Amino acid sequence: MRTPVFFDDRYPMIATAKHNGILAADGTPLKRSLARALRREKLRALILVMPLLIFVLLTFITPIANMLLRSIDNTIVGDTILYTVSDLNDWNGSDPPLPPENVFRSLYFDLFIAVETKRHTRLGSRLNYEQTGISSLFRRSGRKLDDIGKEIEKTLIASDARWTDGQTWFDLFAARNEGDADPELFDRQFLRIQRLQGELGNIDIDFMPSKSIAKALPLATREYTAWAIHTASIEGEDIAQTRPWESIPVALIYDMQQPDFAIEIKNWLSQSSPHPIEKLSTESIDYPLDFTDILRKIHKDWGDIEVWQTIKVHSNDYTSGYFLNAVDMRKSLDGPTIQPENKRILITLFIRTVQMSLIITLACILLGYPVAWLMANLPMRTANLLIILVLLPFWTSLLVRTSAWKVMLQQQGVINETLVWLGVVATDNRLEIINNQIGTIVAMTHILLPFMILPMYSVMQTISPSYVRAAKSLGANDWTAFLRVYFPQSIPGIGAGSILVFILSIGYYITPEIVGGTDGVFISNRIAYHISRSLNWGLAAALGTILLMVVLVLYWTYDRIVGIDNVKLG
Amino acid sequence: MATDERRSAEGKEPFVRFDRVQKSYDGETLVVKDLNLDISKGEFLTMLGPSGSGKTTCLMMLAGFETATHGDILLDGISINHIPPHRRGIGMVFQNYALFPHMTVAENLSFPLEVRKIAKSERESKVKKALDMVEMGDFGGRRPAQLSGGQQQRIALARALVFEPQLVLMDEPLGALDKQLREKMQFEITDLTHRLGITVVYVTHDQTEALTMSDRVAVFDDGRIQQVAKPDTLYEEPDNSFVAQFIGENNTLDGVVHSIGDGYALVKLENGEMIDCKPINVSRPGERTRVSIRPERVEFNKDRLHPDAHTLEAEVLEFIYMGDIFRTRVRVAGNESFIIKTRNAPDQARLEPGRIIEIGWLPDDCRALDTGT
Repeated sequence: MRTPVFFDDRYPMIATAKHNGILAADGTPLKRSLARALRREKLRALILVMPLLIFVLLTFITPIANMLLRSIDNTIVGDTILYTVSDLNDWNGSDPPLPPENVFRSLYFDLFIAVETKRHTRLGSRLNYEQTGISSLFRRSGRKLDDIGKEIEKTLIASDARWTDGQTWFDLFAARNEGDADPELFDRQFLRIQRLQGELGNIDIDFMPSKSIAKALPLATREYTAWAIHTASIEGEDIAQTRPWESIPVALIYDMQQPDFAIEIKNWLSQSSPHPIEKLSTESIDYPLDFTDILRKIHKDWGDIEVWQTIKVHSNDYTSGYFLNAVDMRKSLDGPTIQPENKRILITLFIRTVQMSLIITLACILLGYPVAWLMANLPMRTANLLIILVLLPFWTSLLVRTSAWKVMLQQQGVINETLVWLGVVATDNRLEIINNQIGTIVAMTHILLPFMILPMYSVMQTISPSYVRAAKSLGANDWTAFLRVYFPQSIPGIGAGSILVFILSIGYYITPEIVGGTDGVFISNRIAYHISRSLNWGLAAALGTILLMVVLVLYWTYDRIVGIDNVKLG
Repeated sequence: MATDERRSAEGKEPFVRFDRVQKSYDGETLVVKDLNLDISKGEFLTMLGPSGSGKTTCLMMLAGFETATHGDILLDGISINHIPPHRRGIGMVFQNYALFPHMTVAENLSFPLEVRKIAKSERESKVKKALDMVEMGDFGGRRPAQLSGGQQQRIALARALVFEPQLVLMDEPLGALDKQLREKMQFEITDLTHRLGITVVYVTHDQTEALTMSDRVAVFDDGRIQQVAKPDTLYEEPDNSFVAQFIGENNTLDGVVHSIGDGYALVKLENGEMIDCKPINVSRPGERTRVSIRPERVEFNKDRLHPDAHTLEAEVLEFIYMGDIFRTRVRVAGNESFIIKTRNAPDQARLEPGRIIEIGWLPDDCRALDTGT
């Protein structure tokens, strides 16, 4: 007698049924067949939405993400003065009262490259947001930075005229052979220039620093390599034919004053063809190179501890500084501190923006509700006419409507003239209803009213008149029927309209800008100011991010209290 | 029995009276033309008619949501033309129930009591009683959207009754229910309202509903009441061809009155045959008439045919088996949609198409009506 073998390849259905549940007609698990059947549909749906998805990603999500990133991005400091930032880590910010000499030395060479690549003014502007005056410090220092280099060049040329020749410099720093090459140094400098200049791409640079000269002249080799990469890639010139920046002779002299120089240069010279450096190394060039002194002579503010503290505080690649600024605080060595009183403005603006948006929303509810009710309860033809009237403002340019309010509200405007003519107000006592909060509230209520009326109307339209009739037949008078039966059912419409109006108004820009004066402007006007005038995009991004968060939090709160499912837009 | 009491009350002062009521929406056409109707206390009156016949307008005028253009509506002898709906004290059940979606069932029921400023404890006991009355005692905490159509219907009924109105209006309350549930609710509504002894004005376009539920039915057409009568009278003795057509199934034969006398009218049909009919709204010879015979009153079995019955020759066109009954379509006097209904009995003949048979009916079952134009 044969015993049936169940868990055998010949009985796959039974075996899989044990593990995967229901099977389709052909024996595959039902879940898998279903997934396969749905995959095609999903793919088709994806293809259908793809163009819009790509469009939205490119034109909406990416710029917003980029903007949000700017609110914490502080790489400009590290990109521009790389070695200074790393040396500053060893200084605690207060003791000694000035950073040590090596920090000044790093700054001299960092700044030199920054000046040559014209990046120092950007860093100056960035730090100027934190401390006024730094911008001009950087700009002025840039102009005088090569003075000392020029003097040293003269000394070199006096020693040997060949120092004017680019080839002399090239022979000094270029690797003699494969084994002498220092690709690590090259790569580090390549990255340094790339951080400063952006992507350099795949450029053939006909230079590789020498390991052996780097031992004798570490600083000069480093700076020459950086110069060589810059010159070859950005300027596109032949390195061997070009005289390097004035900072290289300075670095050379500095290196020569170091104790290891004498031995290392002998090693190098022993394997090299004759070079003017040999003569130079025998002459005792007693050139005083105190970089602290040099920089302080260029600009006295380099002796100001606050400048250095500012640089140190804002040296990280990512910073909370912009966000702190956005809430009237600032980053300092002792952590976040409150801004001085005369710089506190943004919190007030935030509060004012929210307050005024609430007032505008409330005004829209009060003005819009009766209109929406009327539209929902009138016969279709009359209602359509009213809808057209409500939509009419949409067909007029926002700018025109706002400017019209300017005409209406100004001191010599329509409203004031009428009131004066009627004798309600005296000529010398005209109402101030523009360039202040009243102007903003009036104009924005008018502009945003359709966004309140339309959702309300579409919700009210779905409320059957039989509810109010039922309430009345049950004994409720008109007011009770409205309050207890009609109004609660219209709340989703109020909610939808309020969210729409509030979110729109909290980020409104044009109208407050035109009719708001100084009193009636919103946070968005401040954002626009930082985007287009002060160019402090990081702060603008932080303010925008906070605004976005406020809206999201309100939206979330609303969802918790009223439920977003209750919001109907049509 | 409650029904008997109701009948005896008919002679008294009517509870609701429509007195020469007219209604126009646009000032050009009348939707309700000269309506006169008395409804006595405790009566279940149904307004039946096709859509646009004015029955709902009448109900809305009674409820107070529409005002009569002309005439008086009296409730308990008092004109209510100028009393707003909320002070009329009339309960109403709406077509779509109109249960307040933002309130629970108990809050819905409590609403009419709250606006009447009834104390909380009393309110609660009344709500509970009303819910128990419609067998929905456990559903007080639910929202209307969580209930089935039939349950919503019960709640709507309970809400209309919870404040103990003397008069309840119902506007096609069973329209949204399926057939089985509708039949069950028909019984429950009549049972409940009879038990409570309240007056009901019920609007429907479903004639079966009207016949099974009502004490009296008012058939509306074209803004007028065509006939007000008890269901059996309405079915068996329709006053005019509209009522005859509208209520139940009906065979018609067109002809001309030949002579009238002795309680019968001799009608000459279109094929020249003469039949005896009961004259209802024909008065003189030569008048065109439409003769109405109910399909179940037509007999073709000679043994069962009454000796007085008038017979005509007919050709069987179609035999339809419907389970409990057979429908046989025949051609009579040029009419090809003449239906004969026979009970499915063991000895009942099943007629094959093409057979020529003799059919007949009693002259009393054959009513000579207007032509309906």
